[in-house]
Amino acid sequence: MTASTTAIGRESGRSLQQQRRNAAILFLAPMLIALFCVAAWPLLRTVWFSLTDTSLNNLYGGRFIGFDNYLRVQTLSNGTVRYKGTLVDPAWWNAVWNTVRFSVVSVVCETILGLIVALVLNAEFKGRGFVRAAILIPWAIPTIVSAKMWAWMLNDQYGIINDILLHLGIISSKIAWTANTDTAMYAVLMVDIWKTTPFMALLCLAGLQMVPRDIYEAAKIDGINPVKVFFRITLPLIRPALMVAVIFRMLDALRIFDLIYVLTPNSAATKTMSVISRENLIEFDKFAYGSAQSTLLFAILAIFVSLYIWLGKVDLSGEAG
Amino acid sequence: MSFGLDSRMLRSAAAIAVFAAIGMPVLAEEISVVSGATGSDLQDFPAIVKPWEDKTGNKVTVVPMPSSTSDQFGQYRLWLAAGATDIDLYQTDVIWAPQLADHFVDLTEAAKDLIPANFPSIIQSQTVNGKLVALPIFTDAPALYYRKDLLEKYGVEVPKTWDELTAAATKIQEGERAAGSGDFWGYVFQGNAYEGLTCNALEWVKSFGGGQIVEADGTISVNNPKAVKALETAAGWVGTISPEGLHAYQEEEARGVWQTGNAAFMRNWPYAYALGDGADSAVKGKFAVTTLPVGAEGDSSAATLGGWNIAVSKYSQHQEAAISLAVYLAGPEAQKMRAIMETHLPTIQALYDDPEIAEKSPIIPQWKSVFMNAVPRPSAPTLGKYNEVSSKFWSAVHETLSGNGSAADNLAGLEADLTDLKGDAW
Repeated sequence: MTASTTAIGRESGRSLQQQRRNAAILFLAPMLIALFCVAAWPLLRTVWFSLTDTSLNNLYGGRFIGFDNYLRVQTLSNGTVRYKGTLVDPAWWNAVWNTVRFSVVSVVCETILGLIVALVLNAEFKGRGFVRAAILIPWAIPTIVSAKMWAWMLNDQYGIINDILLHLGIISSKIAWTANTDTAMYAVLMVDIWKTTPFMALLCLAGLQMVPRDIYEAAKIDGINPVKVFFRITLPLIRPALMVAVIFRMLDALRIFDLIYVLTPNSAATKTMSVISRENLIEFDKFAYGSAQSTLLFAILAIFVSLYIWLGKVDLSGEAG
Repeated sequence: MSFGLDSRMLRSAAAIAVFAAIGMPVLAEEISVVSGATGSDLQDFPAIVKPWEDKTGNKVTVVPMPSSTSDQFGQYRLWLAAGATDIDLYQTDVIWAPQLADHFVDLTEAAKDLIPANFPSIIQSQTVNGKLVALPIFTDAPALYYRKDLLEKYGVEVPKTWDELTAAATKIQEGERAAGSGDFWGYVFQGNAYEGLTCNALEWVKSFGGGQIVEADGTISVNNPKAVKALETAAGWVGTISPEGLHAYQEEEARGVWQTGNAAFMRNWPYAYALGDGADSAVKGKFAVTTLPVGAEGDSSAATLGGWNIAVSKYSQHQEAAISLAVYLAGPEAQKMRAIMETHLPTIQALYDDPEIAEKSPIIPQWKSVFMNAVPRPSAPTLGKYNEVSSKFWSAVHETLSGNGSAADNLAGLEADLTDLKGDAW
């Protein structure tokens, strides 16, 4: 009797562990399957396409050609050697530079502005709930709609921006914001910052609300100047939240597509990695070449994020020490 | 209960008998047509298909697309590559036939009565390896729109050369601005970096005697002194007689400036004629059209051949009805309606002598000769690489118009790029 109970107990113990593992797998499975279908499979397929000579008219008939889409050496009949492929394509590197420039400037501006907005919203004042909701409006508008709206407002002839600036005497003649290659990038940046600052503000606000109030009270009693309070207390305490917010935005900014596609399509001054790979994938008959660019885009994103996490950690541990 | 069933059966039997008697499909089918939205094409579409719907009992839904031909092409290519069954008919640009031929049904047999009535060159442009990929529904050749009242007011002749146009536009613009319209511009065209700029720039280059980018035999001819001169002339307009925002203008933006009465000249397709003469137009009755100017005396005017066609998707599940609709849309009845309502040039030769069209859309008989001499874009010699050729060309032109690099440098760069792209053969 006793022996059999222990046996059962041992058995059920093992099976309990087993059961737990099984249950965990069961609960995780739907998400893993969904992730595999919508993320891993398309990604693997894109990588595969980038190693073939697939065209959009014949998606299943591509032959494996190795890394020719990335880099290949051609020897011409007259003996000249030249390099072809995405890695030596100036249009691609122009797009990479545009994307990086866009991402860094927009994320820096959005973080600073978002933090300011969050600090304001964190203060106690009447109608705070309403202001918090109102500030989210730009974020809630679909990007295509807001991009089109800004395209009209930035129009050189009948746009409201030029009209306001002209009447205020800030500019003397109408500026073609999106058409002029010098101002196109600023126009795109402005719209993106307008659109995404609320998102940053929200994430910063969440961080700010985690900071215990009594620390501020102690600082106040000690008579420490508010600027010092911000840099010595607030900023270090919301740093983890801020880091996460920045990483989210960076990921988003590096693959920017819709805003630029609507505001300044085909302008070399603003063409980003996503825009140029779509152009090759769909408009030009270079599906595999576009896939190679998409793969590189993924690689660049992965490198950026890993670097950021790595560097961020180093900083944090240095502070802790 | 049994009575209801019987009556239902009876009714459907009667319906079958009726349909069979007049030789029609038993079930009404829903046909989807996808088309870009320029001018009033989409608003007028239901009226144009109504007779066909009445006759066949089928229903037609139109799926609207943006007006930019480059945007449409991207979307269509995706749908067709995926074998989408949702769309039965595609309205296709004249330059797409070689690139999308695999996905469309051969219409030679279905349209055998219609083919001889059309201009042979247009049928030719839609035939790929002996397969008639699409049926032409209207053709296009741009015009120079000018303000009769202003030309008279400032005592200038209708310009024959680009230099005369520049001079006339400058004079009118200065006068109008002095009179208080600060937003008045001399000349508007399409300067955005897209297919439309290829059309505009091809006209400048060709009318200066600088060839047509890639010649019919596949040689790359774009880098020559006459083409350089043409682009230099055009670059001189931006910021002087044309607004700087022109770098972002497509057809509808140019028409916006023109139709509000803020431009003396405009380069646009014939569709702008009917709209400019509409009740809400500030230029109603004040304008006329002529052929585009030439580089110098002795050169001939060039108009880029445009035009739209209707193609039946190979993946359509209602092919019979779709083909019947395509033949109707390309037929004389629909083309005549389009000519009158939208001033779209017919592709059926006889319609140019139609008195009703001549009365309601006087531009059409006048335009026959223009379109007969229209210049095709190099889509035939460059085959599947046409989009990239066009994109490289419009980029070089756009850079020149924006003042990034001289026309000579940009064209030399373009020539090198195109040679690279061409490789051994197009």
